[in-house]
Amino acid sequence: MSGTDTTTPHPTVGRPLTVAKARIDEIIDADHRLTRLVYVYLACATAWLVFGTLIGEYLGLKFTWPELGVAPWLSFGRLRPVHTNVVFWGWTSLSMIGLALWVVPRTSQRALHSLRLAWVALGLMNAAVILGVIQLLAGVTNGAGEFREFVWPIMALFASGLVLLGYNLYRTIARRGTEEIYISNWYILAAFIMTSILVTIAYLPWFQYGLGDTVIQGYYMHQGVGQWFTPMVLGLTYYFLPKFLNKPIYSYSLGVLAFWTQVIFYTMIGTHHFVFSPTPWILQTVAIVFSVGMLVPVFAGTGNFLLTMRGSWRTITRSYSLPFIFVGVVTYFLGSTQGTFEAFRTLNRAWHFTDFTVGHAHLTMYGFVVFLIWGGIYGLVPRLTGREPPQLLVGMHFWLAFVGLVVYVGALSIGGTLRGLSWMSGTDFLDSVRLMEGYWLGRAVGGTLMFASHLVFAWNLWSMRPPALFADSGTTVQRPPQVEPTPAGATS
Amino acid sequence: MTLDFHKNHRLLFGTVFGLFLALSGIIAVGPALWVQNNNRPLPDSRPLTDEEADGQQVYLSEGCVYCHTQQVRPIPQDTSRYGRASAPGDYARLGPRDLWRQTPSVLGTERTGPDLSAIGDRQPSDIWHHIHLYQPRAVVGASMMPSFPWLYETKAEAAPGDVVVPVPQSHGPDDGVVVAGPRARALVAYLLALKQAPLPGATSTVDPTGSTDASGEALGVRIYGARCASCHQAGGEGVPGVYPPLVDDPVVLADDPTRHVQIVLFGLSGETIQGTTYPTVMPGWAEQLSDEEVAAVVNHERRSWGHEAPTTTADDVARVRQGGPPDEQ
Repeated sequence: MSGTDTTTPHPTVGRPLTVAKARIDEIIDADHRLTRLVYVYLACATAWLVFGTLIGEYLGLKFTWPELGVAPWLSFGRLRPVHTNVVFWGWTSLSMIGLALWVVPRTSQRALHSLRLAWVALGLMNAAVILGVIQLLAGVTNGAGEFREFVWPIMALFASGLVLLGYNLYRTIARRGTEEIYISNWYILAAFIMTSILVTIAYLPWFQYGLGDTVIQGYYMHQGVGQWFTPMVLGLTYYFLPKFLNKPIYSYSLGVLAFWTQVIFYTMIGTHHFVFSPTPWILQTVAIVFSVGMLVPVFAGTGNFLLTMRGSWRTITRSYSLPFIFVGVVTYFLGSTQGTFEAFRTLNRAWHFTDFTVGHAHLTMYGFVVFLIWGGIYGLVPRLTGREPPQLLVGMHFWLAFVGLVVYVGALSIGGTLRGLSWMSGTDFLDSVRLMEGYWLGRAVGGTLMFASHLVFAWNLWSMRPPALFADSGTTVQRPPQVEPTPAGATS
Repeated sequence: MTLDFHKNHRLLFGTVFGLFLALSGIIAVGPALWVQNNNRPLPDSRPLTDEEADGQQVYLSEGCVYCHTQQVRPIPQDTSRYGRASAPGDYARLGPRDLWRQTPSVLGTERTGPDLSAIGDRQPSDIWHHIHLYQPRAVVGASMMPSFPWLYETKAEAAPGDVVVPVPQSHGPDDGVVVAGPRARALVAYLLALKQAPLPGATSTVDPTGSTDASGEALGVRIYGARCASCHQAGGEGVPGVYPPLVDDPVVLADDPTRHVQIVLFGLSGETIQGTTYPTVMPGWAEQLSDEEVAAVVNHERRSWGHEAPTTTADDVARVRQGGPPDEQ
């Protein structure tokens, strides 16, 4: 080695570990009171995320160490519904609603009908989740049907919030400043309407004796996902994706096609959670057929988003919010298509009852729904508050969550498939328990990465807080307070 | 007022409301009403007793339903393990518990542990269930089921009427005896009530081993795994002080298998075996197992684990069965 070599700079010296992402290009001149409302919704949601996934993480460890914490309120059977209900009704619902409370008025070019009603709804929904958690920890359950574990007086609080918000958004859209109703609002308000009907039907007792309960449970647990979370995040993405890319959506008509096929097909497929059950065979067949029909809205939706992204890859890689949306869209495609395949009787035979289903649930609820929510939050909140999160921490959040998800879903999909095959081969049941040990450990590893990412995200959300978070007026905001938009027909 | 979804919010959202409501009626409420009204309990089934119904609530509130199904699918992997395929009538007695709680969703969606539709047939020993709930790994080494010790209490000594749970020393408390609390007793009563009533017109009785096509050795292995291994363990070694070993047991090795067959058919309790008095009760299997099946499992025990004892036949079993339990001879 000659001396000159040591003085030559290595090519990578001076190159940063990560590529700097673009900073936001605008600060939206929004009503600071709306900003605060949206932020508090997101903050409450994130508190539920950390709590709910801490429980999930703990439950995952119990598969490997069943004696990890032995007390009634630490037991798997009581905490599992706490995990699912908290991430459903606490985290995912409140965060989607928070974003929708900004998107709907914005795309309707009209101030939110009532800030006060939105605050009341937040209180009702938080109260429902808090009381529900206490109820479940105390060992009280409605009937142990999944996502229907809260007793009706508690779920009624949540449903009241839902109806109040639906009314609030409907009034906002009804007095919109545009002639057309933007496609985002189709999806978002439809989600409120359908979910209000859904919860009502699910809790009415008159047709739920015997297997009637099973038919309603399939309908409810499926629409709870499919007609609440799916249309909400799709509606949000129809706004955020073109907004962040600064270009129009590829095809408005595809969005409309996906909307109607979603409403019709998705409603019909609940019973595919009970294939081979003693529910009427024809009902199961209808569910399987429409599960194939679901490919239409899924292909139309994901195609539309991906074609909108085409040609803008550089913008996506330079953004810290769009990669989340990209993962969300791709996972929407993968997870939904997987769902269709799981409904086929031949494949259901192997996969049903195994952890494959748990992997599918996380691929869709987490990879699809939650990644789209995160993309929306990282894109919107800095534009509202003027405060950006540390880019390195956003990167950490993304990669911990993404790698965690891949490990989690990978472990459960492979393990679940092998377990199903083990059952079919007729060997001892305990062989299939021993077989899962390594895959359950893999799930715990993936889950740990996911949970760690949530702590990073919580910090990032805090670093994006609005300057006027605790002030009652706009005195600390750098821009002048907004004048309340005049309601239509009123004189100013 | 224009009839354009894009411009008329009343039309758009009114249509969504009406469409979803109508489809929900067609796909959910209508079929639910139909299956509810065109269903009745099986003639040989009975309603749950009050204690069993309380046990069902324990089953729900402790979340058993998240890992155990109660639906046997009409496919071989299920019927060969858990019993006949479930029928709508199996669930006809389910309904809302009270004004606050809805119909128990016992069918389940996950099978981390085995199906329990016929657990009362497959494992009819209440003491086994108590040990297993107190500490699953005391009787099933590879189990990853949570333990439920808070359903039990540890006392210095048992009072009259207490259900004492003979937990093996390795898994029990250092001092005192484990006694089943009221919720544990209710839960076990419910589990023992989980049996599949015969379907009207069906000729054969419930056969969780689904073994009609198997014979001889394979049949014995399957029945031993399904019926016997949970207490006597897969290797026949038993659980010290709780369930006697079968390996090198004098009855299993006896040249005349009659006593062996009698015990399988009619059960055993309170017997001192090789110096140990066992507190548990072995149930008789006369009602659940056919002569061929009893012969197969007895022969399995007589030819496994290094045993080379004389075997029996279905005809011999039939004769022992006719003779009745030894006490009544």
